[in-house]
Amino acid sequence: MNLTVNGVEHHVDGGGLTPLLDVLRDELGITGPKAGCHQGGCGSCTVLVDGEPRRSCLMPAAYAEGTEITTVEGIGSPDDLSPVQQAFVHHYAAQCGFCTSGMMLAAHAYIAGGGTDDHEAIQEALGGHVCRCTGYSKIIDAVAAAARGDDFDLTTTAVGKYTTMATGGAA
Amino acid sequence: MAAASVALDAATEVLVPGSEDEAIAAFDDGAGVAVVGGGTIVVPDVTYLRHRPMKALLLGRAGLSGITKDGSRTTVGATTPVAELVGMPAPLGPCAANVADLEIRAQGTVGGNLCAGEGYEAPRGDLQGAFLALGATVRSAANGEVTEEPLDEFLPKRGGRLLLSVSFEEPAAGAFAGLDRPHTHDYTALAVSGARAADGTLRLAATGAGSHGQRLPSAEGGDAEAALNDVTPHDDALASAWYRTKVLPVLVRRVLDELKESA
Repeated sequence: MNLTVNGVEHHVDGGGLTPLLDVLRDELGITGPKAGCHQGGCGSCTVLVDGEPRRSCLMPAAYAEGTEITTVEGIGSPDDLSPVQQAFVHHYAAQCGFCTSGMMLAAHAYIAGGGTDDHEAIQEALGGHVCRCTGYSKIIDAVAAAARGDDFDLTTTAVGKYTTMATGGAA
Repeated sequence: MAAASVALDAATEVLVPGSEDEAIAAFDDGAGVAVVGGGTIVVPDVTYLRHRPMKALLLGRAGLSGITKDGSRTTVGATTPVAELVGMPAPLGPCAANVADLEIRAQGTVGGNLCAGEGYEAPRGDLQGAFLALGATVRSAANGEVTEEPLDEFLPKRGGRLLLSVSFEEPAAGAFAGLDRPHTHDYTALAVSGARAADGTLRLAATGAGSHGQRLPSAEGGDAEAALNDVTPHDDALASAWYRTKVLPVLVRRVLDELKESA
């Protein structure tokens, strides 16, 4: 079976009922999607399947054949962060980081689908994603900022100076 | 052509039918077969070793998805995502919107929701109540034979049949009242659906008051308390039997009031 992940085609064994998440992490070593609850309750494994956010722990890998899968590695890189990733840095929206890739992909799809900075709509779009650091306020601020198309100065966070990988330590 | 078969491991044979006929043939008498729609129920069960089916029937490529309208009758295919019901008139639309979150609604299927087993912590199958209130009928197969029957007759034997589609007449009015969920990943502890058919027949049904959705005929005359004659509320992880007993008549009353207002 062939899977296209972040634009690269891979041949994989995991067929049948094997969850897409296990194929991505264990077979392909793509660890952006996290195995949180492994039963659809936390959203940390969310990936984009043809641009739509889907729980990779619930989807048999067989259903992903012939689709374009995007993980957090595919929406930006440390040198070239996507607008959502920049917003998360600027608004300090990641604490432990475990939920972050799923949150960012859900946000990415929300904004690509015309989502606005309306907080209720963002809560609905990210409603299945759990942040056990409870950093929801800053996550919603970040998604709203990215939805507005704000420009971000990554040498600072929204609350002050901050050193990031993306700026090579300037601050 | 026979359904494509993929080896999962020694214990589970995975069948991927490419049409309704192939799905019916592959299901056969259903013995040892786990039917997989979107995967939201079966896949975590297999992940956590709660379930190791002899055969898994992946319906995603069998062409069973889609909503069709023929006059006042709507037919929903088995693998139609729950998300496609959101936005429909009550009780179906609001009931579907109350299932999980938007990602899981886009993955989980109507057939999977209607056929959901009892669940480990709480009853599953939120849509059962809404479809019961609509007087829906189910097309299903077993042993190569296709039959159509009312949903309330189908539900007790849903484990042994392959659901193909569910259909209903557009109601004159509908209403839905459910308990809030603390988080999108929780099942609804209790919900009541109601609909008045074009001929004036009023149907009420509950989800969360038994092992599957149940009609509440005793309350259909307008006495909300009488709903307790039709079900035996139970204790589970979401709510106590005491709480369900107190809340069921309240939800029934809200649905009856809403139906009255739209008369």
